[in-house]
Amino acid sequence: MAIEVQIPTILRTYTDGEKTVGAEGATLSDLLADLDVKYPGLRDRVVDDAGLRRFVNVYLNDEDVRFLDGLQTAVSDGDSVTILPAVAGG
Amino acid sequence: MRFPHLLASVGHTPIVGLPHLSPTPDVRLWAKLEDLNPTGSVKDRAALAMIEQAEADGILTPGATILEPTSGNTGISLAMVARQRGYHLICVMPENTSAERTQLLRMWGAEIVYSPAQGGSNEAVRVAKDMAKRHPDWVMLYQYGNAANARAHYETTGPEILADLPEITHFVAGLGTTGTLMGAGRYLREHKPDVQIIAAEPRYGELVYGLRNLDEGFVPELYDPSVLTSRYSVGPHDALMRTRQLLHEEGIFAGISTGAILHAALGLADRAAGSGDSADICFIVCDGGWKYLSTGAYEGTLEEAAGAISGQLWA
Repeated sequence: MAIEVQIPTILRTYTDGEKTVGAEGATLSDLLADLDVKYPGLRDRVVDDAGLRRFVNVYLNDEDVRFLDGLQTAVSDGDSVTILPAVAGG
Repeated sequence: MRFPHLLASVGHTPIVGLPHLSPTPDVRLWAKLEDLNPTGSVKDRAALAMIEQAEADGILTPGATILEPTSGNTGISLAMVARQRGYHLICVMPENTSAERTQLLRMWGAEIVYSPAQGGSNEAVRVAKDMAKRHPDWVMLYQYGNAANARAHYETTGPEILADLPEITHFVAGLGTTGTLMGAGRYLREHKPDVQIIAAEPRYGELVYGLRNLDEGFVPELYDPSVLTSRYSVGPHDALMRTRQLLHEEGIFAGISTGAILHAALGLADRAAGSGDSADICFIVCDGGWKYLSTGAYEGTLEEAAGAISGQLWA
């Protein structure tokens, strides 16, 4: 069983328009590496040399991974990962 | 309680217990009723503080025009204050907001410039910044980066909560401008270092995230993640379910963003109950449900309601 990753509209050019894709790995970092094999270029839109890009939020089962272990956050089968651009409110 | 005028009555809101939603006698949920502010939302605190600070700084002078990007609630609060202080207000608001927000803004005398639905509030910020460049005489208070926004909560919301609920273990609020969490969160942490500060962020429909590129993403200048313990994204289905639960089980008629906050609060409550800890979890009721009646949030099945608000900025 793979981990389900929700792809935001803006990055679906990399996934042939797929909204949800499966990926494997023990950590978020592994997961993104696996995604990049299947969808080359996707990883670079989410992370840069410093880690997660400033205007990208990644949630593991609805919790912001920046408050978990960031890219080293452990993931396991059945988890859901959501990638979203940062938006304003108010 | 008696006040010399309406603006003096902003804040001082009650905290009420939620006996039916609290999971055990040792894990208690508390709602701070910000819907009891003059315009019915927590934003009255920030709006009043930002205008008073701008007046004190001499930036805002009699008859001035205020410009503000807003998804609606801050605009409504600013309109209420501006009306009494004699300022003209122009709000840049995404077109995918509830009809009531437009009605209330106009009622208090504000002018509205709509920004495209696609991109949500990010787009409103962009449009307002462009307008500000062309009208240097207008005053943009800019809630996302205005220190008076967070300070209002540091000086009022935070102290009120600590005074009424000194046993607080968790504080949960919505994340929009981040003002409530930054201000009240800092105050609470300074006085209770072990308190957990939790953000609940609305997860909208795809339209709202329809940016042209990721660089158009937006993080408010006020945001300091070190204030937070954790941050949750809550989708419309969970937010609506909790909004209705709050109404049915505790009689509190709140807006949809409050449902999102309650969802995060209940998750923390369950975790505390499961590990046998005691907890006093205080969350913010941002506004009442009145402004969302036309969205269909309170009618039909949850699926129907979630469908009805899917393209809307519901928080």
